[in-house]
Amino acid sequence: MDQRPPISRRNLLLGAAATFGVPAILAGCGGSDQPAPGSTSGNLGTVTIGSNASDEVPKKSLDTVVKAFRQAQVNINTVDHNTFQENINRYLRGTPEDVFTWFAGYRMQFFAEQGLATDISDVWREIGGDYTQAFKDASTGVDGKQYFVPFTYYPWAVFYRKSVWEEKGYEPPKTLDEFTALARKMKADGLIPIAFADKDGWPAMGTFDIINMRTNGYDFHISLMGGKESWTDPRVKQVFDTWRGLMEYHQPAALGRTWQEAGQSLAQKKTGMYLLGMFVAQQFPEADRDDLDFFTFPEINPSYGTDSIDAPIDGYMISAKARNVDGAKALIKHFGQASSQNVATGLDPGTLAASSKADTSGYSSLQKRGAELVSQAKHLAQFLDRDTRPDFASTVMIPSLQSFVDKPTEIDSLLVSIEKQKANIFR
Amino acid sequence: MTLTAPPEARPDRGRAEPVRRPLRPLRILLHVFLALVALGWLLPLALAVYASLRPYDETARLGYFSLPEQLTLDYYGRAWSQAELPHYYLNTLIIVLPALVLTLFLASFVAFAIARARVPGRKTLLIVFTAGNLLPPQVLITPLYSLYTLVPLPAWLSDSQSLYDSYLGLILIHLAFQFGFCVFVIANFMRTIPEEITEAALVDGASVWRRYYQLTLPLCRPVLAALATLQFTWMYNDFLWALVLMSSGDKLPVTSALNNLRGQFFTDYNLLAAGSVLVALPTLIVFQLLHKQFVAGLTLGSTKG
Amino acid sequence: MALKTRRYSARDVTVLVIGLGVAVIVNVGLIWGPTLASVALSATDWSGIGPIEWVGGQNYGDLAGEYPPFWSAVRNNILWLAFLGLVATPFGLFCAVLLDRRLRLSRIYQSALYMPVVLSLAVVGFIAQLVYSADYGVLNSVTGMSVDWLGDRSVNIWVVMVAAAWRHVGYVMIIYLAGLKAVDPALKEAAAIDGASEAQAFFRVVFPTLRPVNVIVLVITVIEALRAFDIVYAINKGRNGLELLSVLVTENIVGEASRIGFGSAIAVILLVISLGFIVTYLSQLFREER
Repeated sequence: MDQRPPISRRNLLLGAAATFGVPAILAGCGGSDQPAPGSTSGNLGTVTIGSNASDEVPKKSLDTVVKAFRQAQVNINTVDHNTFQENINRYLRGTPEDVFTWFAGYRMQFFAEQGLATDISDVWREIGGDYTQAFKDASTGVDGKQYFVPFTYYPWAVFYRKSVWEEKGYEPPKTLDEFTALARKMKADGLIPIAFADKDGWPAMGTFDIINMRTNGYDFHISLMGGKESWTDPRVKQVFDTWRGLMEYHQPAALGRTWQEAGQSLAQKKTGMYLLGMFVAQQFPEADRDDLDFFTFPEINPSYGTDSIDAPIDGYMISAKARNVDGAKALIKHFGQASSQNVATGLDPGTLAASSKADTSGYSSLQKRGAELVSQAKHLAQFLDRDTRPDFASTVMIPSLQSFVDKPTEIDSLLVSIEKQKANIFR
Repeated sequence: MTLTAPPEARPDRGRAEPVRRPLRPLRILLHVFLALVALGWLLPLALAVYASLRPYDETARLGYFSLPEQLTLDYYGRAWSQAELPHYYLNTLIIVLPALVLTLFLASFVAFAIARARVPGRKTLLIVFTAGNLLPPQVLITPLYSLYTLVPLPAWLSDSQSLYDSYLGLILIHLAFQFGFCVFVIANFMRTIPEEITEAALVDGASVWRRYYQLTLPLCRPVLAALATLQFTWMYNDFLWALVLMSSGDKLPVTSALNNLRGQFFTDYNLLAAGSVLVALPTLIVFQLLHKQFVAGLTLGSTKG
Repeated sequence: MALKTRRYSARDVTVLVIGLGVAVIVNVGLIWGPTLASVALSATDWSGIGPIEWVGGQNYGDLAGEYPPFWSAVRNNILWLAFLGLVATPFGLFCAVLLDRRLRLSRIYQSALYMPVVLSLAVVGFIAQLVYSADYGVLNSVTGMSVDWLGDRSVNIWVVMVAAAWRHVGYVMIIYLAGLKAVDPALKEAAAIDGASEAQAFFRVVFPTLRPVNVIVLVITVIEALRAFDIVYAINKGRNGLELLSVLVTENIVGEASRIGFGSAIAVILLVISLGFIVTYLSQLFREER
């Protein structure tokens, strides 16, 4: 038996020092914020940003834009995209940075209403002229004040490969009947007509949104999202009925497929068309990107035509707990400039600049068409999970839509269930 | 003597007893079965490693289960730099090492108090500590988060000036959560140490601390080594506590670093595979190094005496 | 027999009090305190921000009546328990018995079986994708089938349980190996002399002496079944047939949704079930003490 202690007193003290000292030292010196490369200290001190731009390209965009900001020192704290979103509630209540990345729409209004964001109507007075009314509306809280500055956005549309369509002689449909006929033709030609994937739960929301807006109009859609309409309303049932009719043309086994895989099926010419956001371009190899084109989802109800689309907007807000409000406002104004936004659109082929004054000459043909589509739209919806309460979207709508995709025939019981759950949330 | 010799070694006396020769085909069968099982167990991991060696375009074209056109170690390099693995390994070390040392130290002291010093109320203490370890972590999340945001700390201990978003916060929750299991195992082990040793020291007038630190603790080396392995694995692989109790991107442990390899819109799964292998490596290495103590150590918790 | 010279000096008492005190404070403060707080929160309608409103048992009523994922989760947890308990654990025992003899390469077999246990969540989730993906997975490529393993509600829970068993078997095997090593060889001798076959020797003699180990393994199996979270979360965040109670709690509390009162109610249900088994385990523990 070994009588000598394995840990001598000296080692024990060293261990204790390491236990408390190391974290303290490292917490003290490294700190949580990375200074942005090359920023000079202006007269507005230090501004911190909480960013979800963890992907290479958006991260680079942010770095470049921040470098051009000379009025203050900027520190960026990057958290990966998913974690940032999951944590947003705790983040804003805890120790948020001055400025943070977020989305427009109800999802923004929700947090503004809770007093977690700073009013930036004064910044809007300066930059308001650069934006259309639709963008301003999306940046406004329920109290009429602005809380959000848009940066980039991307539209949702039905994408297809030009070469495949030319070869088979397809034309973009203008009405629902034409759409269905086209799908039938594609099926006969051996293609899967509509690519579809809903493993992550949110892609199906795009389909719901567009069918609802085409059938019942933008106002009803927003009202429904706001919890003011009943899900058992016959108008909602109509949407699901239409969708069910189209399901036979959708890619089967969608619940096990991610949208990336569906995008690849479009790139590999296995499917004919795909309703998704413009980021689908990233699934295409560089060489094939020019082959990508889109059309807006066809008209269903002539009184609404094709006047609304989903075009989620990403941008920035100032937290209520911001320590350097002046610096933050200057930075956020910088983000609102067309020049800053053009940096992002130059690097990322799937986004468009929010400002009307943005320079579109550098856009790819796809981006130009996207900008055209959005400028012609009367109303811009933000996508289901940004147009409604986050708890309703993730705990009720995702499972419900997945259950619909699994069993498209059981609509009545589904709508009753959604309505009951909604009543528990939108009290 | 015949009672202690293993049956197989006894020579065949023509009775209906198992004899070595007919056992050989059975042995082979045993090996075959175990080999198949082992292969089946390792296959998924091997697949992941295989995927990490192939470029994305190739697997996108040919599928994952295809013969390689080219193999490359590129992804390992990229995962290393893109996910900033060295930085995150360091973060994990900052969290796991102090937590490990503290847990073992505190648990062994409490085990000593319960098993040797026979403090009053020891049964209740043991129940409370052990039960705490068996609770699902989800039950604790929200109040813990609120508690953490409310506890102020001086800036030299935590740059967020509260327990929330601090290394100390994570260290403490690891300590609290793993504590019960360690107390239980060490207490069991200590009960098997002959009492004479500590009794002799007591007669000599040794204090509680001395009996614990200089006499009992050294004897616990095997169980401490075993627990160190297990605890290292569990604390290293944690991801939920970091998700809830940290908000700064670059203080997160290495298990969260993998998320940086996931794009918002595009995930290169082969890159993710390389990153996953690199992240899993330390636990695999630790397990291999301490395998023997590991099995020996687990004996001590699961059987009596 | 306690010696009568057991007297503690004041210094001794101080040391003991400090040591135990720290342990108790940390444990109560970080574990039991929050647990009780969760129970209290389950009777509220809190969303993390704003005032806390008392709603009594309403969350539980909503859960039971109007939350489809809940009953899916209960069913899945039960299935998980049955699968681990009736398939994975016995297989782990079987492997332990096979490996409990002087066997060359035994250590390699043990390491292979134990390997999945040290892997983390992201790795296991990714591996599950590699194997089971309908379009690109290995299983479909090799067998030529086109079953949607992960997306089809009727099969996905089964394939995921296989992945969970992949981890569970190694863990159980190691525990049983340790237990078997502690079994007195003389017992096996006696059985062999009496003419028992190996199987009979095992079931009649060895297995009963493993009772304390069995209890531990049983409790671990139950706790793992209730705590099951990572694999399912990594695959598809626990939706569409892969619901589990722990994931529902996480989704409602940790995610952006922040339905804290509601999520806490689910957590309390999980807690009550866990406590049932913890109490069984601990009473076994203390019966042994005597």
